[in-house]
This record gives sequence, C-alpha cells and structure tokens, in this order.
Amino acid sequence: MSLEIEIKFSLNGRQTRLKVSPTMTTLAMLREKLDLTGGKLACGEGECGACTVLVDGHTINSCLMFAVDCDGRELQTIEGLATDAGLEIVQQAFVDHGAIQCGYCMPGMIMQARYLLDHNPDKGRKMTRDDIARGLEGNVCRCSGYTKVVDAVAAVVLEESPS
Amino acid sequence: MNIENYEVPVSIVEAVQSLQHGDATILAGGTDLTPQTTSGAKEFLRTLINIQHIEEMRGISVDDGRYRIGGLTTVTDILESALLAAEVPVLVDAADHFASSQIRNAASLAGNICNASPAGDMIIPLLLLDAEVELAGWIDGTLSMRSIALIDFFTGPGKTAMQGNELLTSIVFAAPVEGFRAEFLKSGPRPALEISMVSMGVAAVQKEGVLSNVRVAIGAVAPTPIRARATEAVLEGQLLDESLVDEAAAAAGREVSPIDDVRASAWYRSHLTGVYIRRLLNVVGN
Repeated sequence: MSLEIEIKFSLNGRQTRLKVSPTMTTLAMLREKLDLTGGKLACGEGECGACTVLVDGHTINSCLMFAVDCDGRELQTIEGLATDAGLEIVQQAFVDHGAIQCGYCMPGMIMQARYLLDHNPDKGRKMTRDDIARGLEGNVCRCSGYTKVVDAVAAVVLEESPS
Repeated sequence: MNIENYEVPVSIVEAVQSLQHGDATILAGGTDLTPQTTSGAKEFLRTLINIQHIEEMRGISVDDGRYRIGGLTTVTDILESALLAAEVPVLVDAADHFASSQIRNAASLAGNICNASPAGDMIIPLLLLDAEVELAGWIDGTLSMRSIALIDFFTGPGKTAMQGNELLTSIVFAAPVEGFRAEFLKSGPRPALEISMVSMGVAAVQKEGVLSNVRVAIGAVAPTPIRARATEAVLEGQLLDESLVDEAAAAAGREVSPIDDVRASAWYRSHLTGVYIRRLLNVVGN
C-alpha cells in the first residue's frame, strides 16, 4: 500500500484536510481531489504559469509544488478571488479590456497580476507597462493576446492608486 | 522506488538525524525536484524529507564582515534584500535574471546550488564572492559541520561533494573589499525563464586603470560552473587596455570546454564567452 500523508491547510479561507500521495503536485490535488479546475496543467515544468496560485501570499507554479508541502499554509486560487459582491477588480478589468481569448492561461495570468499589483517591485513609483510585462513574464498566452492583458493591469494600477 | 517515509524536521539537528542513513530525497522549494521526478530523470529515494519548516535555515545576515545566507532563503528573498542591494548588488542582479516571479518565490538558494547545473544562475555571483557552503551531518550521535569552497562543491553535471547524509545549511562569504565591483551577464533567447547558454561574472577592484582582486566565473561552458583562473592571472595587477582585453578574451576561450546542446552550439558558446568577457571588463574596468 502506498504512502498517504494527511495535510491541513487554508484553501480560499476555508480549513481543508485531506490525504495525498507524497508525489502528488499541488495542481493535481486542486484539480483532481478538490475539483478546483481554474488552474491549468499546460507545460508541467514552470515555463507557462497557467497553474499559478498564491501560497502564503506569494505566487508559485502549483505544478512545481508537492501537495504535501501545502501543509500548514494558506492557499488562494482563482476560485477564491471573486466574492458574492462580484468579480475581483483584476478579473473585471480583464473582462472590460477584452483581455481574454481562449481563456486557458487566464486564471494563472490573473493570479500573477494580482500578486504583482500587491508587490510593486519598485515601491513608491507607479508601475509602467514595462513593469507589468516584466511582472507577467512567467505567464505564457499561446493566443498571444498580451497587449490587452497589459491594458487591463495598467487600468487596475490607475484605479487602485489614482493621481 | 516508492517513498516509504515522509519526514518534516523543524531543525537542522532533526534533519541530519533523519538523513544519517542516507537513502533520502531532500525537498526544499521543489521547483527542480518536481519536474525531475515527474519526467523520471530523478528517482525518489526511500525517505522524503521536507526541510521547508527549518526556520533556522532562512534569512540573510552579516556578522563581523561575514555574510550568511540560509540555504532555504528564496531567490525572491535575495532579490528583495535591501542589505544585499546595498552591499552585494551582483547577487540581487543575478536573482533578478532568475527564471520567473513564480519560481523565484519558491526556489531556494541551496536548491539552486545542490542541483549543480553548470548553468545555475546564482552560482556565478557566489563564485565571484569566493563563497563557501556549510554542510551539516550527524556523526557519532552528534551534529557535525564542515565548510567547503563553493568552487570545490561541484564535481560534475548534477553532482556535488555533498554526501547522502549531509544537508547544505548555509552559504557564507566575506564582505567584499573596498572598491570591489562585480557584474553578471547571462544569455538566452528571451529575458525570462531561460537556462543560460552562457553566464559570466567578472569582479575586480580598479584603481587608476589597474585591476586587482580579479575574479572571473563562467557558467554553462563546462561540466561544472568554473572559475577562469588563467584569465584572472592575465588580468591581475595589469593596466587594463585594449591588448590586455584581447589577451583576457583569448585566455577565457582556452579555459572553457562547451558542448553542443539544444540551447546553443559549442562554437556559439565559445564566441559568447569572448563577447561577454569584453563587455564585463568594459564595465568593471571603468
């Protein structure tokens, strides 16, 4: 019988407890055990960012993190972003700017954009389009719709810190 | 092999006790271990030891002119360190060229070193700093520490001098001498997520055009990252002029032994070596 490890963690604000194989990735756990299919498996080696989720406030590639390592941590996935009041501001901006083509990369792209907005690499200076492109460099869109993605994030920069 | 035990030590002592019989796979950030095990390039050993909860292996500090970076310190921690940005900017610069935001947030410095890729991005600036790594083991019922120069740590692609029952706990180096300037370059078809075709660091103190404390480190041109000692000897104590730059470029060309692979040809890597040493000397020598 193969080894299973019990882990406990916060998932989108909810305490979650389950058993996982030590070789299962966080992405596989989210999709196959918890039915959270927003994050996608594309490259499976950290090149594309389609599986991006927040762990303890930092984005990671969930395909490169073992599920056992989620124990004791706080995870947020795209499913935890919107509230009953509506879409989260970045999600709404992507909709408003038509930043979505096939949609496959979007959950990861939006999670990374949210992280970038919360962690302005050069604090005190407003993010430029170049900063945004740089911050999203770990996320690949095969439809290559990058311009509107940057438009959407730039609009949030203005909205969240006007002047 | 099937993993039979999963352990989560919270201290170095606990970790090396778990490791004492070897036959264990160490999990830190997981960014290399996941794809390597998923693809079958690497097999899990009997015990999986998740070292992520060893808090004493995190953080960046300086004490009496000696820097210490805990092995579990992430590349993001290095990128965001005000101390390193002020005092050892070459490490921050290399961190800024490392993979992507998501990978920097997870990848540990010790992991980048222990993976022992000839192209490991953080290794080159650490070689310029003459860094050492500290290895912990459990011998005769007690914690045993040893240090080894980083340059001697690498024994081949993916191979290191670390024993199966040891743990790389921290990276240490002396504060750079006054006027020490270190610069790093890496090449790839795009800025993000590239495994370098060639990476290079050059460091020196320049005074009235004369270089001293010269260090040259090159990645992805040999089975391990290298210090180009002959090139350093050409430059050390000499007035940096056009002919010396030519001489250094020729020397560096003789010190590398690149291969053809999917990322670049040996010829191109040799060519880049010459380009990079010229470019870096232009900056460091100014």
